Amino acid sequence: MALRDIAIVGTAQRPSEVNSTFTSVEILLPVIQQLLDKVGIERSDIGFWCHGSCDYMSGQPFSFVAAVDAIGAWPPIVESHVEADGALALYEAWVKIQTGEVDVALVFSNGKTTSGPIDQILSLQTDPYMVAPLKPGFDALAALQARACLDAGVVTERQMAEVASRSRRDANNNAIAFTKGNESVEELLAMPYTMNPLRAHDCATPVDGCNAVVLAAGDIARRLAERPAWIRGIDHRIDTQRLGARSMIESSSAAIAAQKAGVGNDRIDVAEIHAPYTHQELLLRNAMGLSESTHINPSGGALVANPLMAAGLARFAEAAESIFAGSADRVLAHCTSGPMLQQNLVCVMEGE
Amino acid sequence: MSFGSRWRDKKLFVSGTTSHAMVGDVFVAPLEVSYPYKRTVGILLSRFFTSLSECRLEGTRGSDGRVYFPPAEFDPLTGEQLSEWVSLSDTGTVTTWAWQSTPVEGQPLAHPFAWALITIDGADVPMLHAVDAGSPDNIATGTKVKVRWAEDRPGGVTDIACFDIVGGAS
Repeated sequence: MALRDIAIVGTAQRPSEVNSTFTSVEILLPVIQQLLDKVGIERSDIGFWCHGSCDYMSGQPFSFVAAVDAIGAWPPIVESHVEADGALALYEAWVKIQTGEVDVALVFSNGKTTSGPIDQILSLQTDPYMVAPLKPGFDALAALQARACLDAGVVTERQMAEVASRSRRDANNNAIAFTKGNESVEELLAMPYTMNPLRAHDCATPVDGCNAVVLAAGDIARRLAERPAWIRGIDHRIDTQRLGARSMIESSSAAIAAQKAGVGNDRIDVAEIHAPYTHQELLLRNAMGLSESTHINPSGGALVANPLMAAGLARFAEAAESIFAGSADRVLAHCTSGPMLQQNLVCVMEGE
Repeated sequence: MSFGSRWRDKKLFVSGTTSHAMVGDVFVAPLEVSYPYKRTVGILLSRFFTSLSECRLEGTRGSDGRVYFPPAEFDPLTGEQLSEWVSLSDTGTVTTWAWQSTPVEGQPLAHPFAWALITIDGADVPMLHAVDAGSPDNIATGTKVKVRWAEDRPGGVTDIACFDIVGGAS
């Protein structure tokens, strides 16, 4: 079966904030309206709506249902939700358009990450018998991975500080980013450990945020955008949930996903990598085979603004915008999920 | 009876008892948020948790010959059900570690400690637990550690209170 040509034709993101007092509906509504205005379509033009969020963050089962108020359910709509990052919702929408049932989909995601102790909440995702009773936070699990990489010589503390320094500088040019700075690598290396061998700047800043993108097929996409970001390959792979049974010093799921998505078939101008920890960006660059010529995370990446469940879709939005602007021709968007890079979704997009 | 008086009856009733009853012509049930069910942990975890409560370590052998501790019920590589049990000692080696300088309530230790992946002697795949190392200067990849059993062992991974450094944290 021949695949349909599907592209991102518009994006909208809410600037990051902390301790937001708004509900998910209140933060989503203006972003979705802004996106519809930008693309120049009505709600009735959307054939499929797909949402990514996490009930654990609001501490309430089925809390995601409330978010339907932000898109309006009358006249009746076709919608779905994934208990995952919006990037996975985008994958579902891409499959839905591939079936031929619909031509246009709107994907949205939100995360009020700062409402609770997110590091501890995330440990509920781990094995309920062998790991979760010990209550390790995600920072601690990432620190174990970082130590293994340092011991093996796969990364150095200086390289990790370089990732943080570059990301914080790039964030100065991004209105949506949260943590900004101009520190040198030496200044960052002089900071104390927070979760030895990690320092504060090695860990992503949890923020509240949301975003949305519109996907469209074929000539409809060409009509809706001057330069659509065509999805040329998309793939999602998962490593074993057993923390000790997978390699700490490489990411096999990211490597397979990148190969299946066709990353290595041509040069990549811009890669938006979802790496909540500095050493993970270095691991992912190795796994996906990115060369020095690729511009990594010009947005500052998830390190400077990590709205959980929206940070992956944000990478798709940022990468697509660089195609829209003509500053890149072939881009990569990546999303991770789970402790220590357990899941990886990789997508390659191109301009025409 | 007006709607208003029924509503008041219901509120008074719900706050005062936990059984179902008729209040006037309205059937009233209490609202108790709970998960009133139990689950069995299955064949493998039952044996594993029992062995821990008896201060014994047992792992399972995977399809590639590697020994998993904690035991794996299904082979992480092939998905096959695993059935060969292997008895292990209560010592092991740190394969990677991180320092929790400010412990959070519910973690294995209330004072600063190391998280570690520990390969139990006789096993091949490491497990996550805490090491009571005293200071990050006392622990490194390769440090030998030994199980410290919890006094109360209801059957679970926390039957292992933590690990101590062999020879003591100097």
